[in-house]
Amino acid sequence: MSAVQRVVMVVAIAVAAVLVIAAIAPTLLWPLDPLATDPGGAFAPPSAAHPFGTDQSGRDVLARVLAGTRLSLGVGLAATTAALVVGLAIGTASGFAGRGVDSVLTRAIEVITAFPEFLLALVIVAIIGPGPIGVAVAISIAAVPAYARVARAGTLSARRAGHVTAARVLGVGAVRTAWRHVVPAVMGPLLAMATIGVGMAIVTAAGLAFLGLGAQPPTPEWGLILDDGRNHLGRAWWIALFPGIAITVTVLATSVIGRAVRRRVEAA
Amino acid sequence: MRRLPGWAAELLRGLGGLLVVVWGAATLGFLAVRLVPGDPVDTMLGIHAQVGEHIKEQIRIDLGLDRSPLEQYLAYLGRLLTGDLGRSYQLNTTVVEVIGQQLPSTLQLTAAAMVLAIALALASVLLARGRVGAAVASTLELVAVSAPTFWTGLLLLTVFGFGLGWFPVLSSSSPAALVLPALTLALPIGAILAQVLREGVTGALDQPFAQTARARGVGAARMLGRHGLRHGAVSAVAIGGYLVGSLLGGAVLVETVFARPGLGRVALRAILDRDMPVVLGLVILSALVVATVNLLVDLVLRRLDPRIRLGAAR
Repeated sequence: MSAVQRVVMVVAIAVAAVLVIAAIAPTLLWPLDPLATDPGGAFAPPSAAHPFGTDQSGRDVLARVLAGTRLSLGVGLAATTAALVVGLAIGTASGFAGRGVDSVLTRAIEVITAFPEFLLALVIVAIIGPGPIGVAVAISIAAVPAYARVARAGTLSARRAGHVTAARVLGVGAVRTAWRHVVPAVMGPLLAMATIGVGMAIVTAAGLAFLGLGAQPPTPEWGLILDDGRNHLGRAWWIALFPGIAITVTVLATSVIGRAVRRRVEAA
Repeated sequence: MRRLPGWAAELLRGLGGLLVVVWGAATLGFLAVRLVPGDPVDTMLGIHAQVGEHIKEQIRIDLGLDRSPLEQYLAYLGRLLTGDLGRSYQLNTTVVEVIGQQLPSTLQLTAAAMVLAIALALASVLLARGRVGAAVASTLELVAVSAPTFWTGLLLLTVFGFGLGWFPVLSSSSPAALVLPALTLALPIGAILAQVLREGVTGALDQPFAQTARARGVGAARMLGRHGLRHGAVSAVAIGGYLVGSLLGGAVLVETVFARPGLGRVALRAILDRDMPVVLGLVILSALVVATVNLLVDLVLRRLDPRIRLGAAR
């Protein structure tokens, strides 16, 4: 790792740490209440009292952005974990089962991948209903095919490895072989994908909330704060600026960490 | 039987795959719509309608909702074959008409964004040479990929619309009103394209054939243009389907940010209103578009990269 890469990595980990603190205890970082309104102090530009300014109801934007971390991070992590587990199960089953099952699953994955991921999530939210849980489920379903595809490819190559054949010859069952010998081999690339996937899921979740399909006002949520900002763009640029920076920095941090995980996995 | 030439066999196989994808999308969509809670007739009439039960029953019969699911499915596939996507619950017109009205606006936006994205990617790869240049360009690309489209749109609007007043803030049909939405949509896609293109170009110039060409006395500029870009183009074209899909998904957000009419707005409205025939029509349309692009990508790759063609012939 070069010196620059090392510095970037340290910054990314620091960002991740701040995000975790903000998600668990936002008031540790900034004491104001994200829901407290102050009609007299609406649209105040950034200042020492309100570093990110205030919104149309006089609420502190910094407190809202920090409080929004919990929902964004929660939805991102939950959706990605679910997609990883389901994708791993489908992919390994597909790679391990006979030709018939494999070709049906591969075809199904192909059909689902023909939909743009964001549109797919949008339509699934329409079916299961708006709200943070609907958003998390929709994002995870939309992401499953990508994980399943990588898990299947990994399974196919792991199957040919000597120790896997040896286990089968010794009479170890298919499920046990898959769990003990194939899953660990497939897990590395999947984890690298998932780290970057958390960032992508956070963007999608914010996009759906921005469109009015996620959390509802007055919940502090990054996409919702951006939507507030959109309605007052000519008057108060800061409402839209800061939640967007929060999203971008989060995604950058997950990309940097994810790439490092991938380098580790490829080197191993 | 005479064997078909390679490209024709490829085309036939591709068209078969395309049919499977569209049929799959239509079937999944049909199943999904049946899972939506609530009575479609109530959705259609709205919550305030004062309509008797016998009129609702009549509407159900008109829509074929009284028949068995299998009958409904077959009738639906039959109509689909004739290009009939049904009627909107809300808009009192056919789905085909709704799509036809809004398609030009979205087509204009996505086509402009695609051209802009390709131009940005080429500029980034060709102008940012050397170690430092490439590092700076890669960093900018990473930021452009990471920033959410709806946010970059709002930023561009704040700076160039409200701040500098170079472009109109409200949607209009003037060409100037297309610039900011197209740029918003083009930035992340151009960045992905640039990343793939740069990787392809650098990879190509490290290969043995590049060494041979250099030894033959081919100059740096010609190496880049003739060999590097051609190789980069192979990997860039390969993700064509993904890029077009991102354009369609991004259009929903960009059209909302800039209050532009188009298919994305229609999709959002239909989803909020639970206007399922419109949602289903748009799902099938987007699957058809992405699958068609993927088919074209396969055919173009055969022309661009002789190794694929010859590998298939063996």
